[in-house]
Amino acid sequence: MTHVYNTDPLQVHRHYEIDYIHSYGEVSEFFIALKKKKLMATRCLSCGATWLPPRRDCGKCGAKTEWFEAPLQGKVHTFSVLHFAAEAFLPEVPFILAYIELPGIDTLFLTKIKNCGLEDVYVGMPVKAKFRRLVDWTPNDIWFEPA
Amino acid sequence: MRKVCVVSGGITKFVKANLLTHEAMVKDAFDYAMNDLDGRLDLQDIQSTICTYFSDHFNAQLLFDSLTQDYLAMCPRPSMRIEGGGATGGLGIRAGYMDIASGLSELCLVYGFEKMSEVNTAKGNEFIALASDTDFDYPVGGFYSGYYATMAMRHMSEFGTTPEQLARIAVKNYENAFHNRWAQKHQHWTVEEVLNARMISTPLTLPMVCVMSDGAASLILCTEEWAKKLRPKGDYAVITGLGCGTDTMRLGDRPRGDVIPLPGEDPAKYDQFKGQWPGVHSFRAAREAARQAYAMAGITDPLQQIDFVEVHDAYASSELQTYEDMGFCLYGEGGKWIDEGGPYIGGQVPVNPSGGLIACGHPVGATGIMQGVFALWQMQGAMAKHCSDPSEGIDGSKIQIENPQRGIIHSHAGTGTYIAVHVFEKPE
Repeated sequence: MTHVYNTDPLQVHRHYEIDYIHSYGEVSEFFIALKKKKLMATRCLSCGATWLPPRRDCGKCGAKTEWFEAPLQGKVHTFSVLHFAAEAFLPEVPFILAYIELPGIDTLFLTKIKNCGLEDVYVGMPVKAKFRRLVDWTPNDIWFEPA
Repeated sequence: MRKVCVVSGGITKFVKANLLTHEAMVKDAFDYAMNDLDGRLDLQDIQSTICTYFSDHFNAQLLFDSLTQDYLAMCPRPSMRIEGGGATGGLGIRAGYMDIASGLSELCLVYGFEKMSEVNTAKGNEFIALASDTDFDYPVGGFYSGYYATMAMRHMSEFGTTPEQLARIAVKNYENAFHNRWAQKHQHWTVEEVLNARMISTPLTLPMVCVMSDGAASLILCTEEWAKKLRPKGDYAVITGLGCGTDTMRLGDRPRGDVIPLPGEDPAKYDQFKGQWPGVHSFRAAREAARQAYAMAGITDPLQQIDFVEVHDAYASSELQTYEDMGFCLYGEGGKWIDEGGPYIGGQVPVNPSGGLIACGHPVGATGIMQGVFALWQMQGAMAKHCSDPSEGIDGSKIQIENPQRGIIHSHAGTGTYIAVHVFEKPE
């Protein structure tokens, strides 16, 4: 039976849902490596630019890249404490979303910071990577904590 | 390229929920633009349209452009849907410009809309966050207010920008909105109240963030010949410059390099930022879009040559960042610029005299076109005519910029992935 919210104008319930079979394609190695507690990045074979998240093709010059292991310790480049979120993440608020600088990596890595007081996080804070044992094959299989 | 003119525009009031169908909402915005031409434009004379809306998720209806094209009685004329996140409307104006400038069309209707009220706010934010990388960014905690907040935090740490300065921007826009009957939020806020309001994502509190809304906007673009016919008194605007910039979808992938100088600027001006720009504190796409538009319009001194700007202030912080990208002040000095009164009406370059997205709302596909409508009314000296509501004591003349010669609209998508800038000028 269709739920009616209002009659003037008529407002009724509509439902829509879908499941996807999503491929991580050429960056699958990143997600597989997280299960082995490794953070994998790529380096351009031509210009040397480093990418984390990884890219098969360099985002600067277009040349092919190679995989390499990124360091697991770095520092907070910037962060925010989220007190509201998209519906999917509402049960998790408040939480710390941060961009991490890692030595030898040109890009910043988006992650959550856990086991850290909401008032204690700061720009420049040293952090280390932690990995999930039971992975869900998403970037949430890794997070960072104060080092 | 042919000269492209803007002759008329219309909007529906952006509201939390507009319960008309999308088509009827668009028709209302279109009728407003047609009526403002006092019957001088016949429906049959419109040769093409551009339709802009952002998300197919908000209503589970694909090809909305066909429904609206049909409803406006525009079939079988040429049309295209343009989509580019938050910059959807601005990119639509760019497409309309191309239609006229190229000679493909003499008269083009650009219209945009969004109805975001059919889902709850958190679900809507989820849809918006799907406009971030869904492999690497979205699953971590996808929330655009959160992404912008990290940019603001870096700006604060890099340059000493303060939450008070962000709050001042929100307060400025709410105060301007008090004189605009189209604004959704007629609210007085103090800096202290803004700072003490509900925290959304540090440092952004609720009043520093625009609201998801329902609404539509339309703008009629045409050749100079048509403009003279439709506006015999010369009260139309000419688009004398446009620019479009892009940047990486993932904010963390942005380079840390050298500042792009604006036309006429000595690159040495930016020596102190070498190897750090744009990082996550500035919008490279906004700088690039401004550079192109300024070069085309001959703007070498933005503070002197621009009379007002309608900027995409989805967040108070992004308005502050944009001051710097548009060259109103040096990088890092956006906070100082608001402290010194630069963006207020009567200041160096009034920013968002309409109240902006913060006070008017942000029905994504309509927003950039709404900016064009406000800019046209400013150029026409018609803010009092269109924005007043005597029954509510609203006097639009208070946000009328005095005899503006040149105004700018700035449309912006997710953390600066797309920026579209247009320069509106008085005809010679």
